[in-house]
Amino acid sequence: MTQQILKGTLLNEQAELTLNDLCCACSRPAEWVIELVEVGALEPINYQQPQWIFSGDSLQKVQTAMRLQRDLNVNLAGVALALELLDEIDSLKSQLCRFELNDDI
Amino acid sequence: MEFKDYYTLLGVERDATQTEIKRAYKKLARKYHPDVSKEANAEDRFKEIGEAYEALKDPEKRAAYDQLGKNWKSGQDFNPPPDWDAGFEFSGGGFTGNEADYSDFFESLFGQGFGSAHAGRQQHSYNARGEDHHAKVLIDLEDAYNGATRSITLQSPALDKSGHVFNKQRTLNVKIPKGVKQGQRIRLSGQGSEGMGGAPAGDLYLEIEFKPHNIYRVDGHDVYLDLPLTPWEAALGASVKVPTPNGPVDLKIAEGTKSGRKLRLKARGIPGKPAGDLYVVAQITLPAADSEAAKEMYQKMQQELAYNPRSALGV
Repeated sequence: MTQQILKGTLLNEQAELTLNDLCCACSRPAEWVIELVEVGALEPINYQQPQWIFSGDSLQKVQTAMRLQRDLNVNLAGVALALELLDEIDSLKSQLCRFELNDDI
Repeated sequence: MEFKDYYTLLGVERDATQTEIKRAYKKLARKYHPDVSKEANAEDRFKEIGEAYEALKDPEKRAAYDQLGKNWKSGQDFNPPPDWDAGFEFSGGGFTGNEADYSDFFESLFGQGFGSAHAGRQQHSYNARGEDHHAKVLIDLEDAYNGATRSITLQSPALDKSGHVFNKQRTLNVKIPKGVKQGQRIRLSGQGSEGMGGAPAGDLYLEIEFKPHNIYRVDGHDVYLDLPLTPWEAALGASVKVPTPNGPVDLKIAEGTKSGRKLRLKARGIPGKPAGDLYVVAQITLPAADSEAAKEMYQKMQQELAYNPRSALGV
């Protein structure tokens, strides 16, 4: 058994993923990921370039999209809508938490 | 093994039509989908209703399940009677061959032996590069502040020399970088399945999940803490010690602080660029009137403070 300590890459907003990385990570063909971009559910950092690069947190989005489509039988336009609404709920919840803020220190 | 009442799980009557069952399932699936629902047990509920639907959507499986009788109660200890599915005809869809993770109860009814026809397990399309794997790693909030090394044990199905499936275990020591947030992934290159024919191995993606903390709540990179205060600290102002995941700090409580008031400790949330904030929420607590002296003190306040907290209610 190895005692070596593995240091991975943290897929935060600064990390970069290729189209191929996303396809492999969610076992979906490139066409499917491209369609996600076409319906506006996913945004490459460099849309104009031939070789798309995505930020590291795109992986969460792609996996959520994959599960929504698989489990709820939603088409990709519906997935895009659900993702937007989920993001909005999250940001509203955070705003609500901070709204009653009275003091800065 | 416990008997599962699939009708109750879906909230339908035993004589529900296939359409009613489908409708009930679709509604519950949207409600409890782990990506949509914020309920703590969403994932388990989603699995349960998926299993119930898997059993009831197929008229053959449903008929066989109904045959078990109405006398079973949910949770009752259950073993399927021998040959319980004899006498049913199955059109090849008998064996539930997908990789979903069903309960022992479901497997005992509809697993490999169900019906006579065996549909083969679906093979993934040939892929030279090894498959990517996904796993969750549970960490403490403090690990996100300081970074840590976590040892994780992963189980994956593998084939032994005689071709039988067994659970292969391996343990990895993984560095958790400072500043990780809930739901973020760490990619470990080459730690997925081995490639075929000399192709590279897949990657392993670890999803970060915080263990529930007994005093802190986390929202993105911000952290919340409920801080109990005495009535006199809140009324007169005070300097109190407040715990933070980085160690205690002194916090000045302003005169006349109300319950629920939030105080922001800038950049004391999860570290990063930008760092999160720590929000301290004031909770005023009352000492119990459990001694003569305490009772006298309350009585004195009652007599000397003309305080009506309900004046705004007009009473």
